[in-house]
Amino acid sequence: MFKYIVKRVLLGILIIFGVSIILYALLDSVPGDFVENRFMSNPNVANSPARINQMRALYGLDASTLGGYIKWMFGDWWMPEKWFWGIYDDGELIEASFWGTMKLNTHGAIAFDFGTSFVYEAPVTEVIADHMWTSFALTLVSLIIYYPLAVFLGTRAAVKQYGAFDYTTTVLTMIGISFPTFFLSAIVIKIFVYDLGWFELGLTSPDFSGSGWDLFWNQAWHLILPMFVVVILSIGSVMRYTRTNMLEVLSADYIRTARAKGLSERSVVYKHAFKNTMIPMVTVLAGLLPSLFGGSMILEDCFNIPGIGQYSYNAMNQGDIMFVMGYNMFLAVLTVIGMILTDIMYVVVDPRVKLT
Amino acid sequence: MSDILLEEKPESEQVQAPEYELAGAEGAAEEATAPAEPLDPNALLEVRHLKKYFPAKKNFFGKPLSFVKAVDDVSFKIAKGTTLGIVGESGCGKTTLGRTILRLQSATGGEIYFDGKDINKLKTAEMNALRPQMQIIFQDPYSSLSPRMPVGEIIGEAVAQHKLVPKAELKEYVLEVMKSCGLPYHYYERYPHEFSGGQRQRICIATALALKPRFVVCDEPVSALDVSIQAQIINLLKDMQEKMGLTYIFISHDLSVVEHISNYVGVMYLGSMVEYASTEDIFDKPMHPYTEALFSAVPIPDPDRHSQRIILSGDIPSPINAPSGCKFHTRCNHCMDICKEVAPKFKDYGNGHMVACHLYPQD
Repeated sequence: MFKYIVKRVLLGILIIFGVSIILYALLDSVPGDFVENRFMSNPNVANSPARINQMRALYGLDASTLGGYIKWMFGDWWMPEKWFWGIYDDGELIEASFWGTMKLNTHGAIAFDFGTSFVYEAPVTEVIADHMWTSFALTLVSLIIYYPLAVFLGTRAAVKQYGAFDYTTTVLTMIGISFPTFFLSAIVIKIFVYDLGWFELGLTSPDFSGSGWDLFWNQAWHLILPMFVVVILSIGSVMRYTRTNMLEVLSADYIRTARAKGLSERSVVYKHAFKNTMIPMVTVLAGLLPSLFGGSMILEDCFNIPGIGQYSYNAMNQGDIMFVMGYNMFLAVLTVIGMILTDIMYVVVDPRVKLT
Repeated sequence: MSDILLEEKPESEQVQAPEYELAGAEGAAEEATAPAEPLDPNALLEVRHLKKYFPAKKNFFGKPLSFVKAVDDVSFKIAKGTTLGIVGESGCGKTTLGRTILRLQSATGGEIYFDGKDINKLKTAEMNALRPQMQIIFQDPYSSLSPRMPVGEIIGEAVAQHKLVPKAELKEYVLEVMKSCGLPYHYYERYPHEFSGGQRQRICIATALALKPRFVVCDEPVSALDVSIQAQIINLLKDMQEKMGLTYIFISHDLSVVEHISNYVGVMYLGSMVEYASTEDIFDKPMHPYTEALFSAVPIPDPDRHSQRIILSGDIPSPINAPSGCKFHTRCNHCMDICKEVAPKFKDYGNGHMVACHLYPQD
């Protein structure tokens, strides 16, 4: 078991390396970098190639793709000064070094230095740590609401297959699955925020200045609508998954054995069938880890919640390579951890599985 | 078809849920709580005109249009402490018969008297209370044990629920049952996947017998096992029968096993019982042409004896549109005109030897 986990962790590190290479190459090849996005609207900068090149050098955007990646991963503190040069002609950059024109003295992702976010002008790790918990609270509370509810509904629907309850839940949850996030958010906002005026957008009221429990209740009140949307959107798939698994288990031979033993229907359904349905359900739960911390870009943007999702959405729009790299590495690490957790969960819930 | 002895899959994988009750089916109309004919006091189980139909085709609104008549008007009785063997080809309704008797599937019509009570009329709770007395051992020991329960819990669970022994003595009792079924003590905490087929079947038997049953349906308990293991399991079943005074229905397609364990044998064809007699009688002089053909397929372990093999022509007809008259007439070597039109009566021809065939006088 221990050996297996060590093996998986090493493999996970390899995967994260691969992800970072592909991701950096993709982001670097996106047309229009941060300097263009941010400063081109300013005529003073736009008309001065020298200023643009200065900016690019400052942000480290004039390195080659591979050079930029190596600097991102391993930092440039160990590189000699002479590696950084550029040939200018009247402010126009003729040729830049493989490593770019300016040494920035970074330590690299390998030393957990993910650089400074261009947009937020703060260390990437700090921005993520500051805004992760808002998203986490939003997703976790929604998960605590919808997951048990979905499991309960799915179990009931399976036990009463083709009954009125089954059909009703199927139709309702299908509607939930089919809504795009922005569409349902827009409807909910229109009804509850603008027409009824029960809620407002954002995480805190605009003129709010309290702290402690006051702040907590104010934020909790603001999170009700987005949580409602998450629950409606997510409940369907989990419910269908539970129902399918439960139906499969209920038709198994050992359920017939349990009935033949004269066990009560309660015992048959909740002890025998449910226990075996939980095997795939629990493992799905471990796979939800990245989404728990990763936030939801569209949802947070719709409700103007300053969570990690909204921050990464803005960063991505403006070509903030540092932040997007950091954010996606964060998700990649969570995904790998989630995968390892899934395997461990399997051993916990299914006595037949042994990890070797 | 020569592979009468082969059966690959149980026929139970037909429609399991939902169950349909046939409103107008004959025999379903229950006139009175007391049976029309008095019950045989020696019989532990008496089955009268039992029917189990599965809907085969449904119209747009889900109303069944035609039925698979898996068990069609079967009657028999079993005396206490005896074994009734049920034999027949694949798909003839043996397994369905066994399950319907235990009400694991609701019967479409007919009566099942267990210890004088018609169990078809019991409420679910009453039936559950009765279940420990009527147990079943399934064919496939691999799939019929819950994968997430240790052996001790599998065996003890229902014992605890029915409060058959005091709580404090439960573990001891389970260990005792395990021992009598040839399972060592240290298997108590293990999970089913750690066992071989023979051991698993022992667990199934222990699970059934732990409930102190009086009547056990053995639904092909050895078909999924190695030949070497089969004998052990059969002997275990026989020993336990002697010890506990059990009554068995032994469903099998293996005639030599049935001959070994049964006191009486019933032969089924397409959902109906065509012959019923004591084991000696039926093996000595089978009366129904189908029984003759079936028994002629039993290999005799003697190179000098050449048995006369009766080869049946054609395939077994579909149980959805069973042939009119005698269901066997399409494959019978002695088929007469009357066989195609009139169904023969299931009659006693002396010494309890019952046959349904027009070769014998019908009046």
